[in-house]
Amino acid sequence: MHELAAQIVNGIQLGSIYALIALGYTMVYGVLKLINFAHGDVYMVGAYTGLGAIFVLDKLKIRANSAPEAILVLIITMIVCGALGYFIEQAAYRPLRSRAWVAPSIFLGGAFGYISWQVAADANRNPASCGSIAFVVAISIALLLRKTQSNRSARVSPRLTALITAIGVSLFLENFGVLPQVFGSDQRFILFSLPSNFRLDGIAIDLPTVMIFAVSFVLMGLLTFVVTRTKIGKAIRAVSFDADAASLMGINTDRVTSITFVLGAALAGAAGVMVTGVTGTSFTPYVGLMPGVKAFIAAVLGGIGSIPGALIGGLIMGLAETMVVAYGSNVGIPSTYRDAVAFFILIVILLVRPSGILGKYTPEKV
Amino acid sequence: MPTQSRFRTFLAFPVGLLISMSGCANKPDTTPQGSQPRSTATGTPIVIGEYGSTTGLTSTFGLSTDHGIEMAVDAINASGGINGHPLKVDLKDDEGKPDEALSVVRLLISQDNVTAILGEVASKSSIAAAPECNSKMVPMISPSSTNVKVTQVGPYIFRACFIDPFQGTAAAKFVMNDLHLKNVAIMTDAANDYSTGLTSAFEKNYTILGGHIVLTQSYTAGDVDFKAQLLAIKAKNPDLLYVPGYYGDVGPMARQAREIGLTIPMMGGDGWDSPKLVEGAGGPGQALEGSYFTDHYAVSNPDPAGKKFVETYKLEYHEDPDALAAMGYDAVGVLADAIKRTGTPANGDFASKQYRSKLRDAIATTKNFQGVTGNITIGPDRNAIKPLVVLQIHGKDFNFVSRVNPD
Repeated sequence: MHELAAQIVNGIQLGSIYALIALGYTMVYGVLKLINFAHGDVYMVGAYTGLGAIFVLDKLKIRANSAPEAILVLIITMIVCGALGYFIEQAAYRPLRSRAWVAPSIFLGGAFGYISWQVAADANRNPASCGSIAFVVAISIALLLRKTQSNRSARVSPRLTALITAIGVSLFLENFGVLPQVFGSDQRFILFSLPSNFRLDGIAIDLPTVMIFAVSFVLMGLLTFVVTRTKIGKAIRAVSFDADAASLMGINTDRVTSITFVLGAALAGAAGVMVTGVTGTSFTPYVGLMPGVKAFIAAVLGGIGSIPGALIGGLIMGLAETMVVAYGSNVGIPSTYRDAVAFFILIVILLVRPSGILGKYTPEKV
Repeated sequence: MPTQSRFRTFLAFPVGLLISMSGCANKPDTTPQGSQPRSTATGTPIVIGEYGSTTGLTSTFGLSTDHGIEMAVDAINASGGINGHPLKVDLKDDEGKPDEALSVVRLLISQDNVTAILGEVASKSSIAAAPECNSKMVPMISPSSTNVKVTQVGPYIFRACFIDPFQGTAAAKFVMNDLHLKNVAIMTDAANDYSTGLTSAFEKNYTILGGHIVLTQSYTAGDVDFKAQLLAIKAKNPDLLYVPGYYGDVGPMARQAREIGLTIPMMGGDGWDSPKLVEGAGGPGQALEGSYFTDHYAVSNPDPAGKKFVETYKLEYHEDPDALAAMGYDAVGVLADAIKRTGTPANGDFASKQYRSKLRDAIATTKNFQGVTGNITIGPDRNAIKPLVVLQIHGKDFNFVSRVNPD
């Protein structure tokens, strides 16, 4: 009996992990109808930002060795990843919606300049010329974008373009991160020194489990509050409902979109640092891949676009996987099948409810 | 003027982002290639290809092996090379990916025209690249791939280490005869040839010895959660947990095991051998304290050749050499010994088909080569026949417990 209870607690922990990542997916999809494939990679940047934050806190000697420190690291990471989300939106997605050429040119120029500066420094060469490389790249991209964009009106690119751009951003973040001058491909660990477990009626419930669950619950609550109770939330819902009508009502849809991305990226970053820090698992720049896929499935399962749906979907996935591992062998399903069973559940639920458990079914208007 | 204000915002962002990124930037180990070895050999260099994971999920494998190989090559060149010809190593990074391993090996053979090839550590990558070496008739010596299938690829594929059945058998004997533990649970990486190979050898021999495998669970490399399997294992009350996996997963797994109250000792294979193992387990004295693993060699090796190797390595790289560095060192030794016995080709071409085939025969007849990891004899299956050691984790150190000789 205790084993079952312990397995359920563990399933809830794993489910909270998926839910935490799925929240950001669902949020961005709800507003933009865009599946943000770069979400898992922002999760990865979150893990590295957490590592950097711990490093800085250590240097400043404010390491408290406890849950408050973890919370502080979490907040720093959310701010940094939020900024990254804003920047990604400006540099990669905004040019698809309206004429924008400044941000992408500076972004790519800066990246090229930085890489060439590092490469030159490593090769013991004079890095001074890198500024000019950055400048040339930035100018040429700017000219290219101006030239191509002057021929078309705003809001022309179809939804597919945004999706493919998201895949591009994902590949960029992974492969930029893997450069030895950026994150490198070595395995890293974040270890929060959290107090050991306390017991509840004989079942070990450790602080990490509670923290992940609490953090995903609190963030979900906050998100729901922002979306339903604040002015900007109202604007987000309006844009989600009908972007053109919203802009006619005086809502700055570009700004709302930016805010959505910032929120989504902050959530992904939070997930990255919490999951790697609390479970103590290693990470590399490719770490976002599998959690990204699982969380996306959790979001679809719960009904993509629905905030409580993300939590429900995550919990179902987590519990299903845990139960397969724990008791599958009794009925002839080895633990190797944990992913297969989770995906099978997805198929079954989508056959019964094509828009997910809490998703709204909207027939195509012809 | 919206463009103007946006422009300013954007000047701030990339700068801030890049500065924050450079904070966690990680400088790769720089091999001391700048300091050219004091070579007294003047003949045409003999080019040896090396492929390994100097970056990626198993980067410490590739880097350690490369350190060992560089050291061995420097030592040979400093003492006049092989019959006057210096060795030159051509290193290619495969990022620990099997398909990448195959493509860099293709490059080594077709473009760089190497005499022989050293690599990989991970069996998966060796198995992927070996067919290419075998079909092009380029001798390949894997320093430390222990999966049986590696050398079964063909007559040109060798290894300088023992094979998984020996490692699994030795582990089973050690658990039964030295630790006297009769109930073992296993966590295996079902998608990894190395892990499944060790698992089946351990299972078979442990059962023959009278032990009982209470449960076998599987995980996938890179999983964030191992608790579900560990809880199921805990319910069966085993005396020891056998985890033949790689260090990156073992550390976090051990930590999660202790979190759910599973305090039994763990045991693994040479895939545990990395400084990152203890780091991932929460640091010295934490989750993996007192656990065991089978390995190629121990730093506390009393043998004089081994001692000298450890001292030189420490001087060069400021850390203790792990087994993979020692295996890299010995792989070069075996190859150099075979090149010496083959002699200099008449036309001076060390990469010709005839020369490579003669070299193959010389490697195959290696007998009692004195390496730093023990005496190496290449057996009829092109596997090295050599002893194995069992190590125990204590703090940051891997302490020698016992030696198991081949039957």
